Amino acid sequence: MLKIKKSDLAALFARISEKNDLFLPVKTAGKTNFAAWDEAADVDLDTLKTVKSPKDAFFPQSENLYTCNREDGKLKVSPEKLTDEPFVLFGIRACDVRAIDVLDRVFLSEPVDSYYAARREHGIIVSYACNNPETSCFCKVFGIDAAVPAGDVVTWMVGEELYWEAKTEKGEALTAQVRDLLVDADVATVEAAQAAIRSIIEKLPNSNLSLEGWGAEAAKTRFDSPVWEQLYKPCLACGTCTFVCPTCQCYDIKDYNTGNGVQRFRCWDSCMYSDFTMMAHGNNRTSQMQRFRQRFLHKLAYYPANNEGMFSCVGCGRCVDKCPSHLNIVKVIKAFEKEGV
Amino acid sequence: MEAMHECKHNPGFMRDTLVPMVGIITDIRTETPDVKTFRVNAPEGGKLFEHLPGQCAMVCVPGVGEAMFSITSSPTNKEYQEFSIKRCGVLTEHLHSMQVGDEIMVRGPYGNNFPVETELKGKNLLFIAGGIALAPLRSVINYCLDNRENYGEIDILYGSRSADDLVQRKEIEEVWCKQPGVNVHLTIDREQEGWDGHVGFVPSYLKELAFDTNRTAILCGPPIMIKFCLQGLKEMGFAMEQVYTTLELRMKCGVGKCGRCNIGTKYVCKDGPVFRFDQVDELPNEY
Repeated sequence: MLKIKKSDLAALFARISEKNDLFLPVKTAGKTNFAAWDEAADVDLDTLKTVKSPKDAFFPQSENLYTCNREDGKLKVSPEKLTDEPFVLFGIRACDVRAIDVLDRVFLSEPVDSYYAARREHGIIVSYACNNPETSCFCKVFGIDAAVPAGDVVTWMVGEELYWEAKTEKGEALTAQVRDLLVDADVATVEAAQAAIRSIIEKLPNSNLSLEGWGAEAAKTRFDSPVWEQLYKPCLACGTCTFVCPTCQCYDIKDYNTGNGVQRFRCWDSCMYSDFTMMAHGNNRTSQMQRFRQRFLHKLAYYPANNEGMFSCVGCGRCVDKCPSHLNIVKVIKAFEKEGV
Repeated sequence: MEAMHECKHNPGFMRDTLVPMVGIITDIRTETPDVKTFRVNAPEGGKLFEHLPGQCAMVCVPGVGEAMFSITSSPTNKEYQEFSIKRCGVLTEHLHSMQVGDEIMVRGPYGNNFPVETELKGKNLLFIAGGIALAPLRSVINYCLDNRENYGEIDILYGSRSADDLVQRKEIEEVWCKQPGVNVHLTIDREQEGWDGHVGFVPSYLKELAFDTNRTAILCGPPIMIKFCLQGLKEMGFAMEQVYTTLELRMKCGVGKCGRCNIGTKYVCKDGPVFRFDQVDELPNEY
């Protein structure tokens, strides 16, 4: 275990950024999101949840796949250059680190998505334990320990000091780059901080939601439940839940005519939108109820069925905070808990 | 399926499956008032890739759009690949305006295939298709005809709105009808001058033909036709395990990641498009 004074963090960030692009929570116009670090950045390690999850470090909201041009009258396809420089994501919370695991099982399963894979290969994750879990958090439900996140390096803020522990080879390599800025530290101090975090989590209102009945079997048992019809009505189909969600990975592929060729890009999309499944011969999900059901059954039944029981919700609570109709996955889980069907 | 293949034009760079290859349209046949069959070759000649019967590919016109189409030619065709495409949207409208020699982009093949070398081998086969749905079955039919010794009796029941809407009519009459052990049963929805064949919907013709169950059925068509044909097959005593189909849903990536064609635990682009009806019955009713 190593540590550094909070007042020396600027020096740590400057050192990391010498050899890596560095992304961390930065406050801009009152909102905190992951952004590139520079000396003028208003780094915000106090806000628990960035508005958007850091998923776009690996799966950007929009990215070019390739460009088509005409050269000597012939159509030429030029694939976008893949990420080949190391970058560090500093300050990722436990839920968002688990979300990367969820995305890995989609993008790194065969056939591997090379755009995502290149970013994963070059990305170094420095996670950050949650000192102040909030009432909308429910990561414990999914077996996530906010006191000990996963990651290449795990950090904890205790008082005025940041504790630092490398967990992987990548993490060791990053530690070597900054080793002279860190001093040896006592594990017991961190263990006490972890115990304090866990005691707060125990008391959170949604920490003990029951996932009974969810998982692979729910794909059949809960598809025709009357609960969907009761729940979906306030849904505006705005898609906010899918855009702030760290695990939602549905995407669209579109063309942009630059005037000098066509860029083919992919961008986040949402299963909550009415044209998501629309084709020339019709639409297989014509009602918002069907689309609403699809999103939750995907996270709580279909994904676990294909991934050894792992759920594709991490309990970050962003949808709880952001849904304009106060609809969210907690409400869904509670409704089924009550109805039992 | 291979995850990535080395890009021919840029050795050493691994091309992602989302990145297409340039293909040349080398022939266009007008099949019906709204269906054309496009022959596609690699710019240097030959096929862009190998495929299996029932597999699909993404066809793209830069700046216009990209969509999944079944590859209608058989893998036994070593020279080219074909797509039979109905004009019904922005991309297909554009494709119909294209000329021989024009460039398009293609990526694939995607999805699973009809089990021609396993479950279908040695069986009597009954193909049932309506309208443009002959396109995916044609790949299997020609594969079976080119490996005739591996399959028993072949029946092809094919119907469309009118005689003018029958796709691949030339090949049906000049090739399929003349093969030993192949019975072609054509039907059109309504009486038409110059048509002396059967008149009536595919499901009712199926009942009239009253096939025995010593065969495997491969069924593809509009949802309403599927529904009544399936009912007919059940009445004849067919088990759902001996009936195959190929599903069509909106697709963008073709590799089970973009989320569009997800129904239940399956991605139609990757786990399908070919399913047996006992497998279809396991899916939520969203297709």
